[in-house]
Amino acid sequence: MSYVPSTPAQRQEMLRAVGVEDYRELYRDVPEEMLLDRALDLPSAMSELEVSRAVSAMAAKNTQFSTILRGAGAYDHYIPAVVKSIPAKEEFLTAYTPYQAEMSQGVLQSIFEYQTMICELTGMEVSNASVYDGATAAAEAAAMCRSRKRRVTLISGAAHPDVINTVRTYCYGTGDELRVVPVKDGKTDMDALREMLTADVASFYVQQPNFFGLLEDADALGEAVHAAGALFVMGCNPISLGVLKTPRDCGADVAVGEGQPLGLPLGFGGPYLGFMATTMKNSRQLPGRIVGQTVDAKGERCYVLTLQAREQHIRREKASSNICSNEALCALTASVYLACMGPAGLKEAAEQCMAKAHYLMRGLTALEGVELVYPGPFFHEFVTTLPRQEEVLSALEAKGILGGLPVEGGILWCATEKQSKAELDQAIAVVKEVLAK
Amino acid sequence: MNYPSELQYSRDHEWLRMEDGVAVIGISDFAQSELGDVVFVNLPEVCDEATAGEPFGDVESVKAVSDLVCPVTGTVCEVNEELLDAPEKLNEDPYGTWIIKVENVTDTEELLSAEQYEAECTH
Amino acid sequence: MKLIFEKSVPGRHCDLLPQCDVEKAELPESFRRDTPPALPELSEVDLSRHYTELNHRVHGVNCGFYPLGSCTMKYNPRIDEDLAALPGFAGVHPLAGAENVKGCREVLDTAAKYLCEITGMEGMTFQPAAGAHGEFTGVLLIKQYHRKRGDNARRKIIVPDSAHGTNPATAAMCGFEVVNIPSAPDGCVDLEALKAGLGEDTAGLMLTNPNTVGLFDENILEITRLVHEAGGLCYYDGANLNAVMGVVRPGDMGFDCIHMNLHKTFATPHGGGGPGACAVGCKGFLKEFLPASALMDEPGHIQVRAFAGNFLVVVRALSYLLTLGREGIPEAAQNAVLNANYLMRKIQGSFEPAFDRICMHEFVLDLSGYKKETGVSALDVAKSLIDYGMHPPTMYFPMIVHEALMLEPTETESKETLDWAAQIFRELYELGKKDPEFMHNAPHLAQIARPDEVRAARQPVLRWQKP
Repeated sequence: MSYVPSTPAQRQEMLRAVGVEDYRELYRDVPEEMLLDRALDLPSAMSELEVSRAVSAMAAKNTQFSTILRGAGAYDHYIPAVVKSIPAKEEFLTAYTPYQAEMSQGVLQSIFEYQTMICELTGMEVSNASVYDGATAAAEAAAMCRSRKRRVTLISGAAHPDVINTVRTYCYGTGDELRVVPVKDGKTDMDALREMLTADVASFYVQQPNFFGLLEDADALGEAVHAAGALFVMGCNPISLGVLKTPRDCGADVAVGEGQPLGLPLGFGGPYLGFMATTMKNSRQLPGRIVGQTVDAKGERCYVLTLQAREQHIRREKASSNICSNEALCALTASVYLACMGPAGLKEAAEQCMAKAHYLMRGLTALEGVELVYPGPFFHEFVTTLPRQEEVLSALEAKGILGGLPVEGGILWCATEKQSKAELDQAIAVVKEVLAK
Repeated sequence: MNYPSELQYSRDHEWLRMEDGVAVIGISDFAQSELGDVVFVNLPEVCDEATAGEPFGDVESVKAVSDLVCPVTGTVCEVNEELLDAPEKLNEDPYGTWIIKVENVTDTEELLSAEQYEAECTH
Repeated sequence: MKLIFEKSVPGRHCDLLPQCDVEKAELPESFRRDTPPALPELSEVDLSRHYTELNHRVHGVNCGFYPLGSCTMKYNPRIDEDLAALPGFAGVHPLAGAENVKGCREVLDTAAKYLCEITGMEGMTFQPAAGAHGEFTGVLLIKQYHRKRGDNARRKIIVPDSAHGTNPATAAMCGFEVVNIPSAPDGCVDLEALKAGLGEDTAGLMLTNPNTVGLFDENILEITRLVHEAGGLCYYDGANLNAVMGVVRPGDMGFDCIHMNLHKTFATPHGGGGPGACAVGCKGFLKEFLPASALMDEPGHIQVRAFAGNFLVVVRALSYLLTLGREGIPEAAQNAVLNANYLMRKIQGSFEPAFDRICMHEFVLDLSGYKKETGVSALDVAKSLIDYGMHPPTMYFPMIVHEALMLEPTETESKETLDWAAQIFRELYELGKKDPEFMHNAPHLAQIARPDEVRAARQPVLRWQKP
């Protein structure tokens, strides 16, 4: 089964039309000694039902948790039914990049709407059509901020470790330096940052809320960064922007983030969505596809890929990024999510995330030996100490609960709007039971 | 196609006019016509060093980008920032629209007269 | 049609969340946003109809012929969608414990094993999210390899001028100087130009084979040998793997590392621009340089994005691999090549191929003569195809052919579709001679007439603004 529709008789007819005897002759340019002289060491072709059985059996080997109290960059939110059904439509699903505007207005308009929603969320003026994920968005932001004279990138040590590692890898690529700003009490060390803001620093990246769930004093960080003549990049949780001050209001020059919370399943890490937005002034440095509004030959409003001369297919080795494919369908998913939540729904989701996380924190820290590790306001994640970690996490697993993530100093817990009070109570009870033993 | 005789030209299709020791540089009518509709101009900064034969910026059309090659070596003393908002001026009036001015000129490429340049373009 | 924001009615909403059953937490005022984002306010009906209307203005490969050269637009099987949506995959947290994700690991390990076999490689990662991202990963393997040996003088990557734009852009992102070498007239590597470009500063060569005009470079063993002799490594851009999978392996051609676009060769949908997914394979000596995730594996490795990559896309690709199996993989390649040759011969006699010989999975039409004769350009022909419900081929690529139209029909098109497509090309060929003006103004029946791209770029309007 290879989805080849032509019948054997048709294939013979076509070979004749091409003027060859057999398939071998089609590969006449391939040197004989290089041709694979055996069948591939793969299983034999399967029917759809067999494939379904084989792959479903693999899925069954994973544990499905009914309650997930782990975040750390991937968040378990409620995904409305319509957010799943719309991006599954055959046309959206199976189109390529909208190179031909006359045939792709649906994709182009959906991206234009997505760009607008990201601008609304972040308070920025220009958004691109997406990049791969939050970590690559941070790396691309660092690259777009560099200039001939300012080459060094600073990143807060309280950012997600995967983000730090990814930015480091991109810097390794171009041969530029990344310096990690130390953490103090779970947050970016402001004094250390001030010292590190030398004249060669291009940008500083802070994550809000940070890896430990804490809210950083973004305004003050931004002021320090600007005072040193560098650019301020904020990595944001998009759900939190339902209630949190926008990156623009915090002074950010570039706002990026992981869009997964906006209706994308956990999916063992992907596909996710990197969003990126900036000010009009920096718009030409923004990498990736951008959709713009224009008119057609009849004067009707329409949409096209624009500002393309920044991109790799035109600039080649002089392009600042090589990005080509992005995460368009994930951007569509995020748009549908934001549209069905609306301003009130997004605020409600954000408030419930905060409420549930604080409820969980109060319940856990009421237990003997469980203490909040870092002071200060947090959004929907927090770190506690936890005695007998492994035992507690296994006991939770046995009840279908994925507990928090072990990190340095304790456990990083997360709660979202998806967990009911009863689920949180149950988790707290399990922890209590183990600790009481 | 227009080739004003009071200007000098480079083989990379820039025109040059000296004004009190300062080189005023733009692109030729031929260049703008080859490029098509110019949509953006990437300009250098004032005080940047420019080198004869090296790019000092580029011009973008919808589907292409072309380097602007400096015909002289010197220091950029002025850039035409009007082009950032109105790149179409390069199409509409290529000889009335300068791009950069360069002072302290120490070296100049071999330049062509209008006649020589026209011969080069129509070759 | 209206934008979603123009359909918004204040106060309208979808009922999605229950009342909060715990006490709300107070956010300190200095952290609070002052105005809510102006997201649209809609009912679910509004929403559903808006996106259905948009969806009707999209052409996907599952809707009709899509011969977009170098993009391998083959049919995307529905079973792959079903399996990727299984809660046992979709609901898995990337940082769940190893005991809880055995199924995901099996998917990745199995897919890696099969793809190693298909490519002749020994190590494989799925972390990169797309083809260009895979190129970045692969060229970083080369960089790490030279660095580890202390061979820091290798600063140059050789790229033929017929290459995809991502190749030179990638080399630059990896800190290498790009040496563009001219292609021979047939788009194959010019061996003399290659020799002249090689030296002690060569880090590697990036190459697509079959190349970007759809021809298999018969000197490939000589090419990789020359690069290795000079101390460089060979990178295989797998964009065109669909032509040769199961027939000849990049590892046997002498390549050291490779990327594959799962959304091309392995039939995962492209979603209007992404997500793709990419597998990067390498020979054993490069395995130690493959990327890992800071939180999922030991640190110290390069990492190109968070977690383990676009996992749910890998599930789709694995389903496809299992479906085709050892028989179907070469069958797909052979029929991709057959379909391309058949379509080329059927069109020939009107528009002419740039290279009149057996092609691989795609071919390039050269319309420069036709344009001289009629004034009708490759763009005009491409736009005219839209009126017939056919997605245009790739235009003006590769740059070594003028007025190029590059067609890749893939193996999932039937003879009838190819006959229909060829007939349309032939009709347009005649039409352009009779009525060039009509074709300059095409399309006539599409969603929109030709857009003003100059205006879009000169006066960018990149978001909707409240009137």
